[in-house]
Amino acid sequence: MFEKMLLGNLTLQAIPYQNPIIAGAGIFMMLVACIIMGSLFYYKKWTWLWREWITSVDHKKIGVMYIILAAVMLLRGIADAVMMRIQQVMAVGDSTGYLPPEHYNQIFTAHGVIMIFFMAMPFMFGLINIVLPLQIGARDVAFPFLNSLSFWLAVVGAGLVNISLVIGDFAATGWLAYPPLSELAYSPGVGVDYYIWALQISGVGTLLSGINFVVTVFKMRCPGMTFMRMPIFTWTALCSMILVILAFPVLTVTLALLFLDRYFGMHFFTADMGGNAMMYINLIWIWGHPEVYILILPAFGIYSEVVATFSKKYLFGYATMVWATACITVLAFIVWLHHFFTMGAGANVNAFFGVATMIISVPTGVKVFNWLFTMYKGRIKFTTPMLWTMGFITTFVIGGMTGVLMAVPAIDYQVHNSLFLIAHFHNAIIGGVVFGYLAGFTYWFPKAFGFKLNETLGKYAFWCWIIGFYVAFMPLYVLGLMGMTRRLNHYSAGNGWHPYLVVAAIGAFIIVAGIVFQIAQLIVSIKNREQYKDHTGDPWDGRTLEWSIPSPAPFYNFAVTPIVNSRDAFWEAKQQNILQEKTYEDIHMPKNTSAGFIIAMLSGLVGFALIWHITWLIIVGLVSVMTAVIIRSFHLDIDYYLTVPEIEKLESQS
Amino acid sequence: MLSKMRPVLLIVFMLFLSGCKVAMLDPKGSIAADEKHIMLTSLALMSIIVIPVIILAFLFAWRYREGNTKAEYLPNWSHSTLLEVIWWSVPCVIIIILGYITWTSTLRLDPYKAINNPAKPIEIQVISLEWKWLFIYPEQHIATINYVEFPVDVPVRFYITAEGPMNSFQIPQLAGQIYAMAGMQTKLNLIANELGIYQGYATNLTGNGFSDMKFTARATSRAEFNQWVKQVKSSPHQLTMNAYNQLAQQKDNHAVSYYSFAASDIYEVAMMKYMMPMPNRGEAILSNRSHDAGKKHV
Repeated sequence: MFEKMLLGNLTLQAIPYQNPIIAGAGIFMMLVACIIMGSLFYYKKWTWLWREWITSVDHKKIGVMYIILAAVMLLRGIADAVMMRIQQVMAVGDSTGYLPPEHYNQIFTAHGVIMIFFMAMPFMFGLINIVLPLQIGARDVAFPFLNSLSFWLAVVGAGLVNISLVIGDFAATGWLAYPPLSELAYSPGVGVDYYIWALQISGVGTLLSGINFVVTVFKMRCPGMTFMRMPIFTWTALCSMILVILAFPVLTVTLALLFLDRYFGMHFFTADMGGNAMMYINLIWIWGHPEVYILILPAFGIYSEVVATFSKKYLFGYATMVWATACITVLAFIVWLHHFFTMGAGANVNAFFGVATMIISVPTGVKVFNWLFTMYKGRIKFTTPMLWTMGFITTFVIGGMTGVLMAVPAIDYQVHNSLFLIAHFHNAIIGGVVFGYLAGFTYWFPKAFGFKLNETLGKYAFWCWIIGFYVAFMPLYVLGLMGMTRRLNHYSAGNGWHPYLVVAAIGAFIIVAGIVFQIAQLIVSIKNREQYKDHTGDPWDGRTLEWSIPSPAPFYNFAVTPIVNSRDAFWEAKQQNILQEKTYEDIHMPKNTSAGFIIAMLSGLVGFALIWHITWLIIVGLVSVMTAVIIRSFHLDIDYYLTVPEIEKLESQS
Repeated sequence: MLSKMRPVLLIVFMLFLSGCKVAMLDPKGSIAADEKHIMLTSLALMSIIVIPVIILAFLFAWRYREGNTKAEYLPNWSHSTLLEVIWWSVPCVIIIILGYITWTSTLRLDPYKAINNPAKPIEIQVISLEWKWLFIYPEQHIATINYVEFPVDVPVRFYITAEGPMNSFQIPQLAGQIYAMAGMQTKLNLIANELGIYQGYATNLTGNGFSDMKFTARATSRAEFNQWVKQVKSSPHQLTMNAYNQLAQQKDNHAVSYYSFAASDIYEVAMMKYMMPMPNRGEAILSNRSHDAGKKHV
């Protein structure tokens, strides 16, 4: 009784120590955590970590931390992927493989959730954080404290997903947790609760970030930076953030309703008592489809920057690019039903959403032509970011084509829920989103750290990724056409699927090799950072404002607020030898704060308490979150001025 | 070079050989054949853009590489109204054609639409249970698990519902899929134009037993079908309401089974029990409900 009060539903049985795979993974995770903690103690780096990073509100540092989170989660996500591929190679005929369904179902759910919410989203926010304020000549984002809070909320969400590995279990429902399967009746464990609270907490952070960046772009552009002079990455990030603001509240409400069903016996989405699961499926995709564009639009922006820089040309059709992006932003909201043509909607409804989906391919196609004609009559330098862009153009058009195929309801009836669909969205997400972010990572790395990455290893990584992608996912297209359903734990031998799955598994390992090369690239580059040092601040002969300042960017970004007279402002300045006068003025800077970290950690505690029904902790946690927010709101000592002599001193050093 | 490539080529070739079983490219019914046709047409239409794009990408990359100083370099050339009009309009034209195909085919292949065929359609009720497919033949008063048989060249009309999580019902070689949902009814019309045995799938995740939830569909001649019905009728098992409730509650996979008798209101009861606002009162109402009352509701 007392235990129940103290720990809610949490008992020792929640720790799956008897399962060797999970226990192994858990021990490994704790070992890594111990090593990191231990070395922090050994090198006495705790105060450094706290002052320089955890409490930092510097958008560049927050960006770096986002990308570290994304990298760690990528490793977890790819481990899940490899486990699934091995399972499907083994589980043919009489064999059921090494993963029982209750474990396997959690793995593919975790893979999807982690890759979208805790790999792709943090990676995107990391790049936007590092680059966007620099591109518009701003000193920070509009709300630096909120930015820190957003990041730590994302960490808490990711943390909850990983805690579920060792305490309790994760959802076994697929990455969107369709009811009624995700309702208490069919998922009585804590898995779906972990899912709900991981996404709710990180989702709040995402929404705050969206607001933050939209305000930043609207209010903090430097003099002369009109909307039609903004770098294209800033444009695509702006559109993506507008989508975040419009879409994420829908996710929050949907999951809140599912929470009410599960915790208070309500019937929004249950099969009985007037609940309607179709409502959930509509709502989740009203968020889910824009989510795809939230991820891909900034990637489009990255390709645009990279292709212009390395072709040494102006981006072809800038205005068209902006309008195409805006078109995609609007259309993103009127196509959600194509995710469930097979739910029994009338033919006219299906036809409308099918055609609406196809229309999106027009602005997207236009973008591809603009990239191609940026290369046309250019002087193309095949650096790693440019290779990623080339890989993207050739791969993404295939993904786009299969996407339009599935937008035809008659075809979708056949390939829906099959591996064809899996191949399609990996084609779009790996070939579109991941390639783009990795291009951006390599491209802007010198701006964040002051040295370039090793090109040779970067190219090896690229070739492994692209070859691995084709080897892993082309067989899935075929398997889909053969009728192989997604999420199968095992299958009979007579289908002829096995050889394709073996090839797909080999592909997965080639991608892993790509990731190994990327880690090697980081290690080698850090070791030889003196050799790769970027002395000029402009290692690629860049075009936009971020390259006009030293690398790594000083914490105040611009010693003198830049004044912009044209598109590709820095390139123009270089061409015409315009040097802005350096008359320094005091710079208004935000002070570091621990509030973001503390509020996020307390929210994590509330989430954990909600998952395990620990009532007292829910109340204590909620009250502390509220208190922390109120205290922070009355905290007035949040900024300072960097004086002219200080700036002069710092500038003369660099 | 070629000798090194030989094993690789051999593997690729073997993969294509085993690819004979590509169900969606080997339709055995007019609906699936139509769907395949639309897929190939759309693919061809889009190739008009996709293939040139891939070729241009390689071509431009090669021709305008940094090392090729002979190629023209126009750093400030970044706008051409003519070119942009071309690549806004060509995809638009293709999408208009594809949109037309989409609109007409969606209406034509609406799974709810009865198939235009003089033969009287055979009706089969389908219930997705955890984790087996129950087929009820309301006219023949028989039921089967994980096996469905129907005469060739006769339209088949499936009425589909579920007990338990949402599922999806598909026989790829005959037609596309439709969801099976508790408390709701979906419909799927299809026809088999060739004799044969076709694999049927549950394509939506329903929990732990999902992977083994498959069924076999067999298209036979009318005579053989009648013979088969007789065989089922001789089965010792009967699907009474009690037997059904037991079956629905067992969360497991199930071997193919025949029931010589199926209570006529099982399908309606299975569907309607989720529609009642009050489960306790609902059951009382249901027990008095006639066969037709259920249908009106859907």
